[in-house]
Amino acid sequence: MFHLLPREIESLWTLFTAPVIWAAHFLLCYVAAAFACARGIDLALVRLGVAGATAVALGGIVVAGMLAWRQWGFGSGDPPHDEPTRKERLLFQGFATLLLCGLSFAAVVFEALPAVFLADCRP
Amino acid sequence: MTAPSDAERRAAEEKRLRTVWATPKGWRYLSAVNNTEVGVWYGGTAFVFMLFAGCLALLVRAQLAVPENDLVSADLYNQTFTLHGTVMMFLFAVPIFEAVAIYLLPAMLGAREMPFPRLGAFGFWSFFLGGIFVCGSIFFGAAPSAGWFMYPPLATDEEFTGIGADIWLLGLSFIEVASIAAAVEIIVGVMKCRAPGMRINLMPLFAWYLLIVAGMILFAFPPLIAGDLLFEMQRMFDWPFFDAERGGDPLLWQHLFWIFGHPEVYIIFLPSIAILAMIVPTFSGRPIVGYSWIVLAAVGTGFLSFGLWVHHMFATGLPQISLAFFSAASEAVAIPTGVQIFVFLATMLAGRVTRSTPMLFGTGGVAIFVIGGLTGVMVALAPFDWQAHDTYFVVAHLHYVLAGGMLFPVVAGIYYWWPLVSGRMLSDRVGRIAFWTMFAGFNLAFFPMHLAGLWGMPRRVFVYPAEAGLGLVNLLSSIGAAIFAAGVLVVVFDVLRPKRGAVAPDNPWNAGTLEWAAQADETWGLRSIPRIESRYPVWEQPDLVAELRAGNGYLPDAEEGRREALITSVLDAAPEQVLRVAGPSWLPLASAITLGGVFIALTFHWWLTTLVFAVLFPIPLLTWIWTGTAEIPEKPAKPIGRGETLPLYVSGQSAVGWWGMFITMTGDATAFASLVFGYFFYWTITPDLAAGHEGPGPLWPMLATALVLLAWAATVAARSWNRGGAPGLARLALIAGAAFSLCGAAAGLAGPWAAGLDPTAHVYPATVWVIVIWTVAHVAVGLVMQIYCVARGVAGRLTPAHDADLRNTTLYFHFLAATAIVAFAVVGLFPLAL
Ligand code: HEM
Ligand SMILES: [Cu+2]
Repeated sequence: MFHLLPREIESLWTLFTAPVIWAAHFLLCYVAAAFACARGIDLALVRLGVAGATAVALGGIVVAGMLAWRQWGFGSGDPPHDEPTRKERLLFQGFATLLLCGLSFAAVVFEALPAVFLADCRP
Repeated sequence: MTAPSDAERRAAEEKRLRTVWATPKGWRYLSAVNNTEVGVWYGGTAFVFMLFAGCLALLVRAQLAVPENDLVSADLYNQTFTLHGTVMMFLFAVPIFEAVAIYLLPAMLGAREMPFPRLGAFGFWSFFLGGIFVCGSIFFGAAPSAGWFMYPPLATDEEFTGIGADIWLLGLSFIEVASIAAAVEIIVGVMKCRAPGMRINLMPLFAWYLLIVAGMILFAFPPLIAGDLLFEMQRMFDWPFFDAERGGDPLLWQHLFWIFGHPEVYIIFLPSIAILAMIVPTFSGRPIVGYSWIVLAAVGTGFLSFGLWVHHMFATGLPQISLAFFSAASEAVAIPTGVQIFVFLATMLAGRVTRSTPMLFGTGGVAIFVIGGLTGVMVALAPFDWQAHDTYFVVAHLHYVLAGGMLFPVVAGIYYWWPLVSGRMLSDRVGRIAFWTMFAGFNLAFFPMHLAGLWGMPRRVFVYPAEAGLGLVNLLSSIGAAIFAAGVLVVVFDVLRPKRGAVAPDNPWNAGTLEWAAQADETWGLRSIPRIESRYPVWEQPDLVAELRAGNGYLPDAEEGRREALITSVLDAAPEQVLRVAGPSWLPLASAITLGGVFIALTFHWWLTTLVFAVLFPIPLLTWIWTGTAEIPEKPAKPIGRGETLPLYVSGQSAVGWWGMFITMTGDATAFASLVFGYFFYWTITPDLAAGHEGPGPLWPMLATALVLLAWAATVAARSWNRGGAPGLARLALIAGAAFSLCGAAAGLAGPWAAGLDPTAHVYPATVWVIVIWTVAHVAVGLVMQIYCVARGVAGRLTPAHDADLRNTTLYFHFLAATAIVAFAVVGLFPLAL
């Protein structure tokens, strides 16, 4: 299925994809909850929204992770990736990006938990 | 004619390099801009501020040593702890990392200099002047006294806080400018100034960390600058941003402060971990285990640290669900933090560890930090924090993380790199004594504070009753503080004592990274620039040091008598350009003095003096930019050695100036976003935001947007016409663009003006005004840039082939156009949607 993935982008910025998704998800959850609580909007709506946003964010991170896995040669080589070649540099980027996808995945799950357990706006 | 012998040629090269990189002598020394000078000044100054703040801490501990003490008055006590915290955080912790970065980065990256040496010098002088101003205030009884985070409504109250709050706000705003300058310098330095071949997978970990930290500064400091602006407008002109009676909200300050404040603690922590990431491999005698994991940890912490700020506001009565989001992120950040520590442990286990003073301070620091991290995870749980908040438990937590995560690693760094800085070794024996004194003193001083806090002692009290049973723990803390201070003095003694015999050998620790190829007794940094092929070039490329010192690398000469550096590509460090970097100059100092004059005069409400300095400031600034940037070289390209030739002039996306502009504007956009956040924050808490006040209406704001967009279009057109070989047409477009800018600025102001918005009446008009004024000020800067480009063209310094100024101006206008669209849509259109 991997030919379905888009062409490889060679840039420093791809490293930050997953953390940026985490940040967007985080802000969205916080702002939505804060707004709803300030305005007396039913929190059930927010919790639904958080569920949706979490699904989208996790999906995005998984895709980013797959791209990173490809960049890492599908795990064909082992770190430390410290040879002075373009190929090794790409492998390093892929591996580091993959690790960040893992961390961001966990962090997004963390961020979703409050909406699982808290059903109202009590201070 | 006979060709000169190899030795003669080398000697001639070295002579030229030495002349070019010579440090100015006598009083001209102060005009130096070289990273090795500025770095040492920066570090030395920060260290002196640290000692000063340490004395304040000892005063605090002396006052608290026994119950009901009357050593200092309540007011002096308030000033003392406020200044202590402020100085430690803003004048020591952040600047010391900037100092280390400016000093070491070029050497580690195999560069001769940072890309913008004058900017570095300007940052230093701003920090120096602002720091003295803030510190000096306590000798006049005028120091800030509302705590280092300056919460309103206490700190907005003129009667309670006097001029101290203004000194805090304006003095620190001035210093924040220096931090952002350093961030620009560091980001561009790491991305564009690495030695050829140093691909991002070979970059020293120190550089990875600093890249992340500089990025964090760019997003963390601007919210504080925006907050400072609002705060000062309230204090100076009574605009009610934090006054609940007129629609304001003191909590907005807490948000803005901690959006800065929490990332700030990681901005302090990460560079110190970066120091350890250099030291641990050296003394383990092997490369770091898990390079990519460190990158993960640095990037991960950098991001997550922005999702923590409300854990400082757990006790403000926000809904629990809001608190829980931040609690979750606060627990998540422990993951990458733990990863870094395990990576160090793994490296030590996999290698053979040599015991040494730097390692002692490093591992001791980590041990202390771990305790602080654990209490951090405790207070990050809201229910626990409700008990511990504002007690000495928090004081214990923050000192464990700061001392373990910053102070000890910095001392480790001093012991480690001192041979490089001065060519002398510090004493291992003295170092050991210093460490154990500091370690014991620290724990004795701060461990009992956990107990004091749990037993209910609030922070920031200047006396406590004898019956409270807190006498013993406080006395122990005070004794510990004195011991700790003695340990610090031992370090100071070791650094300052004359060291005649102890000349350091080359690379005394047998380290593997490139900074050890530099020579302490030469000012040129590297004799020539090597090609890098490994992470630890000094270990893994055996001939490298000899070769580069023999002048067989790149840029071994300075034929044209200019300081030169290599610019390389972001990912693979392929050589792209020879950059002529600036030499000694008084302009940075003059710019800092005049800008400092503006801030200081404002503090005392000396309007006329403010005006004078505000008029003076652009003179050195524009002279600096005019003479020192985008210079057209005498030839298009030059050979750099090893048969390669590089251009001397580059514009657009691969030029460092373009990157500098891009990064500065990113920070600027963040500050603007914080102001807009303020607007919507007020609207969230009061749906009827305007509260019956007239708004500026849609008409003027829309007209202003249209005019600014025309100014933007004219600038973009000017750029392509100039490129296409029609510089005259381009100049006409720029002049038209300048006219549009002028009209746009006027139209922007006309909106709130015509509607008669009174900013002191209510927070709504105040917010509209502040957003409009911010935008208009940026349009004014854009106007100056357009005129500047016209003048450059007329003076023959901007041509179709040499268009860096115009490219950078266009980039500025992209940001400006976005700012104007958002600003005027918010103030003009959003009220209609309500
Ligand atoms: C796992 C990591 C950390 C967590 C979860 C954490 C959590 C917290 C929490 C919840 C508070 C607020 C306590 C209160 O006021 O009631 C706090 C305060 C503080 N923390 Fe941490 N912290 C962590 C790491 C750090 C680090 C690495 C530093 C600095 C290097 C740091 C510096 C501070 C400072 C300066 C304060 C006090 C601010 C003030 O109120 O004056 N923390 N921390
Ligand atoms: Cu925090």
